[in-house]
Amino acid sequence: MTSAGNKGQSIEEKQYLLRFNADTKSHLTVMDADVCLTSCPDKICTIFCPAEVYKWEDIRMHVGYEGCHECGSCRIGCPHQNIKWEYPKGGHGIVFRLG
Amino acid sequence: MPDKFDCIVVGAGPAGIACAYELAKAGANVMLMERGEYPGSKNVMGGVLYRKMMEDIIPDFYKEAPLERPIVEQRFMMMDKESALTFGYKGLEWAQEPYNNFTVLRAKFDQWFAQKAVEQGALLVCETVALECITEGERVVGVRTDRPDGDVYADVVVLCDGVNSLLAKSLGFHREFKPDEVALATMEILKLDKAVIEDRFNLEENQGCTIELFGDATKGILGTGFLYTNKDTLSLGVGTLLSGLIKHKLKPYELLEYVKTHPMIRKLIQGAEPQEYLAHLIPEGGYHSMPRIVGNGVLVAGDAAQLVNAIHREGSNMAMTSGRIAAETVLLAKAAGDFSERTLGHYREKLMAGFVGQDLKKYKDSTHHFDKFPQYFEQYIPMMSRAASQMFTVDGKSKWEKQKQIWRDLGTAKQKLKIARDLYRAWKVIK
Repeated sequence: MTSAGNKGQSIEEKQYLLRFNADTKSHLTVMDADVCLTSCPDKICTIFCPAEVYKWEDIRMHVGYEGCHECGSCRIGCPHQNIKWEYPKGGHGIVFRLG
Repeated sequence: MPDKFDCIVVGAGPAGIACAYELAKAGANVMLMERGEYPGSKNVMGGVLYRKMMEDIIPDFYKEAPLERPIVEQRFMMMDKESALTFGYKGLEWAQEPYNNFTVLRAKFDQWFAQKAVEQGALLVCETVALECITEGERVVGVRTDRPDGDVYADVVVLCDGVNSLLAKSLGFHREFKPDEVALATMEILKLDKAVIEDRFNLEENQGCTIELFGDATKGILGTGFLYTNKDTLSLGVGTLLSGLIKHKLKPYELLEYVKTHPMIRKLIQGAEPQEYLAHLIPEGGYHSMPRIVGNGVLVAGDAAQLVNAIHREGSNMAMTSGRIAAETVLLAKAAGDFSERTLGHYREKLMAGFVGQDLKKYKDSTHHFDKFPQYFEQYIPMMSRAASQMFTVDGKSKWEKQKQIWRDLGTAKQKLKIARDLYRAWKVIK
């Protein structure tokens, strides 16, 4: 591998490039934790979320809202419409510097 | 702060800023509300800004706006795993005034554009979330914000709150979108020496190039990749329908890495340092997904109105034009002293009669068609690449033999008929 792409390959490294002004309270809420546990074998949000906000931890969904890009994919893509999605408080959340 | 504004514009993106600029310029009392720390801090796009629609608002803007490069070449790559069929157009008429389009970095551009609106007299209020529209009966009369005592009132509220448009949804103007109506795009801004960019992309100083990537860039899923040149950075991204990612259980950032390390792309970005990683949704449902865009005391513009022409990667231009027409409509209503849906209906009429509505109508079935029939991206694009390889490989076979071989590669008579039918159908949805 050449130097191209060596940096920022993993999602952790990509997220490290960003600036966040995280609120103390999550703007993303799993409405019914049982739905994830019992009715959602794929847990597809853990796959398509571009910031790996959603991580399945044995019996529950961990929501790392601090790294959210506020794209809205989880709200639209959750097969059970089980995610309450709001904007972070004014001035909080992701702060894009370039793109 | 006044008790009541002529207009509140929610969201400082291309649509909202255009609207606020035009209103302030005409002397209206307008508040531009933005939830981010500054305009652009929540905004993402691949990076192409079209000159014409911006100049309709600020003539000669390119003499002072923070632009990256005027685009002089647009390339298209039809990719397979280890090959690409490339075509494009380069013309030096695009390297001089009045220019065709530019690459921009949104956080920089939007701040500049919003500042222009402020200079015209708009009141820009950042770090403020519009929670809901305040209504009186059927009529929108203001916006409830997340600030203490944060109710603000206006004759008209223009919703430019982006692809998710929670406000238009809360008014019942649209239902929740489906995963096949939005594309999830991820991109990286990659730092690279200016001179290296110019050598690598065959550019003079102050010239830029865009490359659109089809086929294997999205592993055959409906979508595109892109590689754009900025001043001393590159924008590299890939977007596919959210439904495609779900169906193929694909992580978007892994697809982005796939493009970055693709043998047709790798050397173009070699040595470039990632500066920022961004994800955003693009409304791609087109005409059929458009929400209601006019109500009593309310208009919807830009991505919130789903104004994107995915086939031609146009969106910011439609946003600006819609914002401008929204402003014109608010001024008309103000002059008439009537902010009812009937008077504000001017917005919809004018928008749909112009290029925005016409282009949305032209491509109204295209996203759905290419999504429903995945063979275009999965099979036909690689097929074109293979045919080019056949034809251009000199191996002693006659060109007639090669043509026969390409013809045979298309499959049985039945398969050929299917291809012919698909091509006809593709022509029908984009004609």
